[in-house]
Amino acid sequence: MNGGHDVGGMMGFAPVLPASEGSPFHEEWEGRIFALSVATGALGEWNIDAGRYAREARSPLDYLSSSYFELWSKGLLDLVLSHGLATSEEIAQGRSLEQPKITKRGRLLASMVGSFLAGGTPYRRSILTEPLFRAGDQVQTKTYNPRGHTRLPRYARGKPGTVEIVHGVFVFPDANAHYESEQPHWCYSVAFRGTDLWGESADPNLRVNVDCWEPYLAPG
Amino acid sequence: MAEHHGAHHHDHEHDGSELSEAELRVRALESVLVEKEYVDRAALDGIVEFYEKKVGPRNGARVIAKAWSDRQFSERLRSDATTAIAEFGFTGRQSEHLVAVENTKDAHNLVVCTLCSCYPWAVLGLPPTWYKSAHYRSTAVLDPRGLLASFGVDIPEATRIHVWDSTAEVRYLVIPLRPAGTDGWSEEQLAQLVTRDSMIGTGLPLDPRDVPL
Repeated sequence: MNGGHDVGGMMGFAPVLPASEGSPFHEEWEGRIFALSVATGALGEWNIDAGRYAREARSPLDYLSSSYFELWSKGLLDLVLSHGLATSEEIAQGRSLEQPKITKRGRLLASMVGSFLAGGTPYRRSILTEPLFRAGDQVQTKTYNPRGHTRLPRYARGKPGTVEIVHGVFVFPDANAHYESEQPHWCYSVAFRGTDLWGESADPNLRVNVDCWEPYLAPG
Repeated sequence: MAEHHGAHHHDHEHDGSELSEAELRVRALESVLVEKEYVDRAALDGIVEFYEKKVGPRNGARVIAKAWSDRQFSERLRSDATTAIAEFGFTGRQSEHLVAVENTKDAHNLVVCTLCSCYPWAVLGLPPTWYKSAHYRSTAVLDPRGLLASFGVDIPEATRIHVWDSTAEVRYLVIPLRPAGTDGWSEEQLAQLVTRDSMIGTGLPLDPRDVPL
């Protein structure tokens, strides 16, 4: 969706300058919602793309006026409700009122945290198709405006570019976010000239690379 | 009702009116998910502790220092960063697929995620606030040179800027230029020069004259 999350090229946001930061969490609840998101993700009821979509599928006004971890809390609440892990009445009362459902995977126990985090979740898949493009090929990104999830930012749609890296075959977020199976596709790092993205007044020495799945691309 | 919301590790109870909407939402989620046994509260503590104490940019600094010292490792890092970095035991969530991009005299690399906050957790830890900000995400692809200047990093106009927008599950790590005046330095000494921001591209390594040997 053309949501508030797709901010590349927007102007006017208040600068946030680099600063040395101790903890990645400024308040305790930020760490809690981060950990809750990781731990509930381990239940296997949704996937990383659905998780991202839950955070971004809201009014742009809501997205852009929410703090980072506030968005995580809103996204997780939506997932918990839509997957039937809890009801809105339970959340309102802050306690369990119904039997828990059986989840695809079991609860993440404290003893499993280290290996779970170090293991990660690989998104590369083995499929026996040849990539349509090779490094150095000219491509053109498609122009499209899907109502659902996609990972091609608006600023990079309908633009000419050059394939720089063939990353391999990866789970396709546009399908996976909506539980339409993983539909893996080849994924490429495509290099765009700054002037092709932003016009003649752009920095002539700017190049922007965007990771693009094959369905985002046509031969250039 | 407020006491039911309270996670019991808090050392004091808040009056509900003091809590933000987000904090109330998080407390309610935690209480319900723990009570329904979807989530183990001790696992939550473990996850927070892991990202507060066990991973961070010192991991990445060791990788860069080795790349500066060991030509063969540097080649492995540039050709298959995931495998090369796994030699250190740095693997896992949000670092399943890594690519290292090297700064040169002619080109400076900068990493961003315009759509959310993708970042190589296993080598840099969780991203800092500014990296996740709408300001950084919006400006990095449009005017990176101006953005870097506002961060106090001046990239000459003749130097190309390569921005990497992390839109897929590949995570990028910048290999900064090894500072001059570090001949004969050990990996441990070199690692002291490697800042988090130099591995994102928003900073440069420290000046060796500023680091006590």
